[in-house]
Amino acid sequence: MELLIGQMFAGLSLGSVLLLAALGLSLTFGQMGVINMAHGELMMAGAYTAFVVQRSISDAGVSLLVSIPVGFLVGGLLGLVLEGLLLRRMYHRPLDTLLVTFGVALILQQAARDIFGAPSVDVRAPAWLQGNMELLGAPIPLTRLFILLLSLVCLAGLVLILRATPLGRRIRAVVLNRDLAETSGISSRRTDQLTFFIGSGLAGVAGVAVTLIGSTGPYLGTNYIVDAFLVVVAGGLGQIKGAVIAAFALGVLQSVFEFSTTASIGKVLILVLVVVFLQLRPQGIFSLKTRSLA
Amino acid sequence: MRVSVTKRSLIPLAAAIMATAVAGCGSQISDPAAANSTTSGASSCVDTSGSSVKVGFINSLSGTMAISENTVFDSLSLAAEEINASGGVMGKQLQVISEDGASEPTKFAERAGKLIQQDCTAAVFGGWTSSSRKAMLPVFEANDALLFYPVQYEGLEASKNIFYTGATTNQQIIPALDYLAEQGTKSIFLVGSDYVFPRTANKIIQAYAAAHGMEVLGEEYAPLGSTEFSTIVNKVRDSKADAVFNTLNGDSNVAFFRQYKSVGLTAESMPVVSVSIAEEEVPGVGLENVEGQLTAWDYYQTIDTPANKKFVAAFKTKFGAERVTSDPMEAAYTSLYLWKAMVEKAGSFDVDKVQAAADGVTFDAPEGTVTVSGENNHITKTPRIGKINSEGLIETVWSSPQAVEPDPFLASYEWAKELAK
Repeated sequence: MELLIGQMFAGLSLGSVLLLAALGLSLTFGQMGVINMAHGELMMAGAYTAFVVQRSISDAGVSLLVSIPVGFLVGGLLGLVLEGLLLRRMYHRPLDTLLVTFGVALILQQAARDIFGAPSVDVRAPAWLQGNMELLGAPIPLTRLFILLLSLVCLAGLVLILRATPLGRRIRAVVLNRDLAETSGISSRRTDQLTFFIGSGLAGVAGVAVTLIGSTGPYLGTNYIVDAFLVVVAGGLGQIKGAVIAAFALGVLQSVFEFSTTASIGKVLILVLVVVFLQLRPQGIFSLKTRSLA
Repeated sequence: MRVSVTKRSLIPLAAAIMATAVAGCGSQISDPAAANSTTSGASSCVDTSGSSVKVGFINSLSGTMAISENTVFDSLSLAAEEINASGGVMGKQLQVISEDGASEPTKFAERAGKLIQQDCTAAVFGGWTSSSRKAMLPVFEANDALLFYPVQYEGLEASKNIFYTGATTNQQIIPALDYLAEQGTKSIFLVGSDYVFPRTANKIIQAYAAAHGMEVLGEEYAPLGSTEFSTIVNKVRDSKADAVFNTLNGDSNVAFFRQYKSVGLTAESMPVVSVSIAEEEVPGVGLENVEGQLTAWDYYQTIDTPANKKFVAAFKTKFGAERVTSDPMEAAYTSLYLWKAMVEKAGSFDVDKVQAAADGVTFDAPEGTVTVSGENNHITKTPRIGKINSEGLIETVWSSPQAVEPDPFLASYEWAKELAK
């Protein structure tokens, strides 16, 4: 029983990490169609932001709370630069975007190595997040609980922006039909920038969060990029609710598989499952019906 | 519209990928062949007529292993500098030629070939991962050249062209198990990264446990670089084992120890013995996550010998007071001095003469006196169990009463008979 609850929570927690990593991507890839291979490196930038902030604010608790908005800004601004310098020249050329952003990912990794050194750095978790709380005898790690909450807050924020703000309305309009949106006076250029800013910013927040569970090094992003794409594709392009369901489903399933087999086999089973699922339902869990011609 | 764009741009991409693949294959195949043709009878091109002699360092100065191998490069450089300052080897100054293995085994093989054939180095020092060593081995054998390999590894190898100055399994893993048994450990849980070293190590541990009445309650592997340990940690916790034997590599350790601690497991409730965490890795893992945990190596920075004090002081003077020294660094430093001693004993830089002179060569290394075994080209080492202290350094809590003879094939252990086959 104790183990069961522990495992249930492990699955939810893994799902929340996947969701955080994939949320930004579901905006930039899902809504805008940009295959951003550097998304993981934007996470890495967020993680190093947490490290830098912690160097100037020694209280780990305060620095974590400060890091989250700062990480959002750093990720977002990097994303803006990337979009402005490169990506806007290659919308509608997905393959070029893939190669270019892969190159950018390598450049960012090397930059991190040059600035912070090759060894991973230590970002301390605040005292109030160390340890665990008991739930029916099973230890629930507080850091995991924090990440779960953070992912839900980010999700709520994103949904709120998309549903209830003029910006969200413009983003949805551009996704549905770019030409028609422009005809009705929406600057699609500006909307693209803002969408990319938010998506990249969310990657930064995800980066700050994962410093609590893993190592902070130049290759941090590579651990998450594949899973993040998996979530977005399985969930259905442009579908936030699809991404949410896919993230938690993959998280729970991976924990179950890993528990009953091994970590490596569990990973294989997940990939097989996703491939089979996409054969049956290539559009993902939910599909977006657009009026665009592309 | 979109489809046609994609298709058109796919063609050059596919072509490019194929071209790279073909080029890669080509170089791989042609390398050993080229190496072979120059060997038979052809004496080496090493030039010992001048006042200097060339040696090669081969380390990953870029890529994922750079984090570890840069430190080995630093300590090799220190050794070369010291040797030159004290008159060189047989009166000749060492001229170091450094190559970057770039964390890729094929690159290691290619660069090693260059160091031997083009640069005509008298000996080569370096390598870290077993895959890099395995890739270089045929190159050194075909050219009849010398490689000094400074890292603990999984054993079951003894090439006459490689000198192994890191620990083999009976100088690290078996002593660690002896220590655990001595402490009354009845059950252990094995956690490792999913590749050759942990799998081989755990086979040995399973055989040892079976023969010594120790129970192995679980054996779990995480993919290399994995950061998700919730499930493994839950299994470990549920097993209620007396101790954990950790063969995880690199950054996975960070995630493992953080998550280990967060479910309430501690060094007191369930100690973890690690074989891949040295002084260099502690800050990255986070001191608060590993303080009090155990490690198994043959060298720690805190060892109290005059040779070690001199080594540590020289290293800190050259590279900065904040730098630490670790087991592979010490083994690399020692390897250069061992080669010097072999050459001086042989009175020649010739590979066959050095090989013939190797047996019994000793050096007062920072870890204690080490002796080369001519039988398997490994060296005697003193296994030590350490505990990570509050400064992030490692204190020796147990050490083998005497230096342990290298036994890479575990031939002297009755229970390991099945493994060597």
